[in-house]
Amino acid sequence: MATSSVSKGCFVFKPNFKKRKISVPVEDYFNKGKNESEDSKLRFETYQLIWQQMKSETEQLQEELNKNLFNSLIEFLQQSYSGFHKNSRDWGCQIKLREIPTAALILGVNVTDHDLTFRSLTEALQNNVTPYVVSLQAKDCPDMKHFLQKLVSKLMNCCVDEESKEESIQVTQKKTFCSMDSLSSWYMSVTQKTDPKLPRKKRTSSSQWQSPPVVLILKDLESFTTKVLQDFIIISSQHLHEFPLILIFGIATSPIIIHRLLPHAVSSLLCIELFQSLSCKEHLTTVLDKLLLTTQFPFKLSEKVLQILTNIFLYHDFSIQNFIKGLQLSLLEHFYSQPLSVLCCNLSEAKRRINFLSENQCENIRRLPSFRRHVEKQASEKQVALLTNERFLKEEIQSLLENLHVYHTNYFLVLRCLHQFTSSLPKYPLGRQIRELYCTCLEKNIWDSEEYASALQLLRMLAKDELMTILQKCFKVFKSSSEKQLGSTAKRIEEFLAQFQSLDEAKEEEDTSGLQSKGLQKTDLYHLQKSLLEMKELRRTSKKQTRFEALREKVVNFIDSLVREYLLPPETQPLHEVMYFSAAHTLRAHLNAAPRIALHTALNNPYYYLKNEALKSEEGCIPNVAPDICIAYKLHLECSRLINLVDWSEAFATVVTAAEKMDANSITSEERNEIIQYPFLKNQFYNVQVYMAYKPIVSPDLF
Amino acid sequence: MMSKLELKEDKMLEVQFVGDDDVLNHILDREGGAKLKKERAQLLVNTKKIIKKPEYDLEEDDQEVLKDQNYVEVLGQDIQESLKNGSAADGGNKVYSFQNRKHSEKMAKLASELAKTPRKNVSVNLKNDPEIMINIPQCSKGHSASDKVQVKNNDKSEFLSTAPSGIRKRLIVPRSHSDSESEYSASNSEDDEGVAQEYEEDTNEVILSQKIPSQNRVVSAPVCKGTPSKKMKRDKTSDLVEEYFEAHSSSKVLTSDRTLQKLKRAKLDQQTLRNLLSKVSPSFSAELKQLNQQYEQLFHKWMLQLRLGFNIVLFGLGSKRDLLERFRTTVLQDSIHVVINGFFPGISVKSILNSITEEVLDHMGTFRSVLDQLDWIVNKFKEDSSLELFLLIHNLDSQMLRGDKSQQIIGQLASLRNIYLIASIDHLNAPLMWDHAKQSLYNWLWYETTTYSPYTEETSYENSLLVKQSGSLPLSSLTHVLRSLTPNARGIFRLLIKYQLDNQDNPSYIGLSFQDFYQQCREAFLVNSDLTLRAQLTEFRDHKLIRTKKGTDGVEYLLIPVDNGTLTDFLEKEEEES
Repeated sequence: MATSSVSKGCFVFKPNFKKRKISVPVEDYFNKGKNESEDSKLRFETYQLIWQQMKSETEQLQEELNKNLFNSLIEFLQQSYSGFHKNSRDWGCQIKLREIPTAALILGVNVTDHDLTFRSLTEALQNNVTPYVVSLQAKDCPDMKHFLQKLVSKLMNCCVDEESKEESIQVTQKKTFCSMDSLSSWYMSVTQKTDPKLPRKKRTSSSQWQSPPVVLILKDLESFTTKVLQDFIIISSQHLHEFPLILIFGIATSPIIIHRLLPHAVSSLLCIELFQSLSCKEHLTTVLDKLLLTTQFPFKLSEKVLQILTNIFLYHDFSIQNFIKGLQLSLLEHFYSQPLSVLCCNLSEAKRRINFLSENQCENIRRLPSFRRHVEKQASEKQVALLTNERFLKEEIQSLLENLHVYHTNYFLVLRCLHQFTSSLPKYPLGRQIRELYCTCLEKNIWDSEEYASALQLLRMLAKDELMTILQKCFKVFKSSSEKQLGSTAKRIEEFLAQFQSLDEAKEEEDTSGLQSKGLQKTDLYHLQKSLLEMKELRRTSKKQTRFEALREKVVNFIDSLVREYLLPPETQPLHEVMYFSAAHTLRAHLNAAPRIALHTALNNPYYYLKNEALKSEEGCIPNVAPDICIAYKLHLECSRLINLVDWSEAFATVVTAAEKMDANSITSEERNEIIQYPFLKNQFYNVQVYMAYKPIVSPDLF
Repeated sequence: MMSKLELKEDKMLEVQFVGDDDVLNHILDREGGAKLKKERAQLLVNTKKIIKKPEYDLEEDDQEVLKDQNYVEVLGQDIQESLKNGSAADGGNKVYSFQNRKHSEKMAKLASELAKTPRKNVSVNLKNDPEIMINIPQCSKGHSASDKVQVKNNDKSEFLSTAPSGIRKRLIVPRSHSDSESEYSASNSEDDEGVAQEYEEDTNEVILSQKIPSQNRVVSAPVCKGTPSKKMKRDKTSDLVEEYFEAHSSSKVLTSDRTLQKLKRAKLDQQTLRNLLSKVSPSFSAELKQLNQQYEQLFHKWMLQLRLGFNIVLFGLGSKRDLLERFRTTVLQDSIHVVINGFFPGISVKSILNSITEEVLDHMGTFRSVLDQLDWIVNKFKEDSSLELFLLIHNLDSQMLRGDKSQQIIGQLASLRNIYLIASIDHLNAPLMWDHAKQSLYNWLWYETTTYSPYTEETSYENSLLVKQSGSLPLSSLTHVLRSLTPNARGIFRLLIKYQLDNQDNPSYIGLSFQDFYQQCREAFLVNSDLTLRAQLTEFRDHKLIRTKKGTDGVEYLLIPVDNGTLTDFLEKEEEES
């Protein structure tokens, strides 16, 4: 069946009925279409396992991070709601009754993440406050009528799941006419109807509310039209006593927008309270902390990849979701393209898998650059054994993987420790966030960098209490790990702390004794001057060190030694390829593509795609044998906004005939006669015309 | 070349705050034109810095320092790489150039230059191209092909006397400028100036200007170069401003006044054109095939990624339709899929949704609105997780689908777990269709598939100026109809043609009034009463040869709805025959 027609643009293809039910399992695509399909099934399973873990971890994280916000929101809702019910006659309450309680939720510019937040918010509200939670988006409500329609239909859907199905049919019929009056009467009927049912259903959470409030979430306040908002607020404030409404505004920019959208007369009908959601950068830090800076997941990112992901985050969208998407893609790419990624799982499982490695896989391992480097360092007999004996190799792999695991545990501990030290330095020579520090450490030997040197210098100037708080934090870091390797480090730090403490006391004594010895003598002016000069001299020469300074020096040296020992870049570790995903360019090509550049290159430098020697050219010009479209494009660049087609075609013909001429040597003369110049030119040019009829592709005039 | 690149990179990395004045100077320095944007790259970084600057000041404490060069290093790297490989470009910002005013003649000049760019060590540098450029228009005005060949032979004999101007330029320029940058701007401005001078001389006689010998141009260039560069810079300030408004104004843009009619070529119809095109094999077919094979290897990966929740978008030069067709036939045979031709002029989101509800889901009902329909589909797919649907959209960025609402709806479809979308885009600015929200709905993975294949199918709905339109009345059918008429009727028609041609320069011409026409016909002894004339006119009208229109005064006016070029041709032909 053809997919082109002059009468329609959509073509549906349904395979035979029998065939249809057999859907190819996803993992089949994982191993098809490539040469290296070692352990692909296992790899795919591992991928799915890790991805599921990561996903649930991030979801959990999000939930935790939102908890605070949601709790305070719920509290606010409950409070404001209780206002509806006090039913007191005092004047203040009645005034308040005219005001719609409103929560302004400031969510930040990462619009893409909002959906997730709202979804969990809705859930939380439905569980804790009221079943009637409706969220609306600006694009659904261009005017009041749609607004109300949407509101009514969604509201009624809210309770459909609780009530019988026949009701839902009524609901759809009702949809046609909606007003605030009908809404409030509906509300009355619903709340009264559910009341007798309540004891049977045991809805303890909402039974305390005789009539639960209706929460309306406006997801993107900024894009609502002013008029709709104003009208709605004015109308609903009139109905507030019979229709208890609570608004939640989702705001991406700043709370000022409320006042910009609503005039004072309207905004005075609202009782607004501000809530600030978690900043997305903190969110990123925690996500990184939980997903990458941990030994829980064996999968790691190389420096370049991490840079790309964080840069997309920081410069493009501030979206955690996109970041996680990037993470997923790199995970997938890693397992897809690296046959040895089968070992990228937790240690015990990996050890088991090593035993089942095929011969090909062993060969793959031997081919790894990091492993080769490792082999070269060994003694010659061992080298031979590693390269020939499979069993020996597998044992070696086991121990190497173990080493890698230990390396990671230590790495992250020391990294965190170093971060404690450097994150409070002035000007942050090694970055404020741990991810910056991590990137630098991944990239190279950090102690070779200038920043590190300056950081150490600054550390040598720290005051004692600062140093002590940092040390305490480090101590906690080390304490928290169950690993034994760095237990001694924790002990060292503890010792340092104790020494600092003792220093305190010792110093006081020293100070007092010094004062006593000098202070008591009576001298005249001349002697005083002299002795002061002496003291000054003395201090300069014996600048040597106080005990505190010596100790501080010791601590800094200690940290330095830790860094040098444990923060080696992963490239130095044998078998790091198993765990680290480093194909940054593919990631960039798929996530942060540049279609404009691709077009530009294709048009200006066809050699980049068509590797034909004839197309090689110096910069700025194009060989006349290049594809038609390149030539036509080049020519059209020389025109201003309007192009004379005749000129263009003539110019094009000039170029193409010249190319033809040169080809004359290669094409036989008969053939050349065949191609009668005149129609051929036209023909060629029509080809271009066809391209250009589809003009937007190449015309930059839209910019 | 290499050293230049290094130079550029160094500059790129060095990011510093630059004041507005400096930036202005910078722009003025480089004003050379679209050809040379080498420095703009640096500029880009600078402006970004400027924008970022306040942020530092405000939030220095709780805002980490965003390193701009970091961005360029990491995310911009790809661009740099591809441009480095694509040696054609001077810098990343050539891609983002403004269009500036150029002279139409330059195209011809460039063409001639391109025509003679030697292929790999070809020492036989054939001909004197400026001459050819002049000759071709001439021969298009009626000279036969053999004539042209002859002229070319002449050129060859003249070859020795005039060296190709392009090469000469290349020789001249480095001599006077040591610095590579200034070399470029100089050579550039020199060009502009040279052309501009000529331009002023003969704006109105473009055809004439082509006859100006190329020597003239070569000579004029050094003269310009001789003027002190500082003074030139001054001039440029105002020039730049003017140029900007020139480029953005709605004022007339001058092109040459040669028209397609003057080419005297019979227009081909669609069918012959297609036949002709099918005979031409594209050049570099081996390389193209290799490219395509490369892409075909990705099919399984695409399937995998589609199934894992990503959607795929293809971009790059050339039609991607064939590629997607192959994808469809190789891997999608056993699954339900919908192919959507975005380039189809009558496509709409409604029709897409209809084909999903009616043909895929076998639903025989109507929906109140598109949104209702969407909701219904979404629910259906959410309920039944075994339901799977692949959507293939050729040209998601087409005129009909690029609207915000359409994109929103398609995005919502694409965000469903069991709907898989693979689409292609062609428009330069297609990514601008999607804001962040839509992008997250689509969850794109980008794949570059440059195919260089012609957009034959995509453009088949478009009309080319050079192809005969079936809707209008072309020459052949005109003669055909008139042959079947009586000589008197033909005479009447000829009268009308002549009158129309006489008035072709009159913009307010609305046609010949019936009374005048009758008078003229009587004088030529073509009709004897106005009834006979009316009878004739009815016949013309039936053949759609004339159109009548009531003027403001209630008089009937007659008009031939055929363009004047065709009419002239027709008259000439008639005269030949008689």
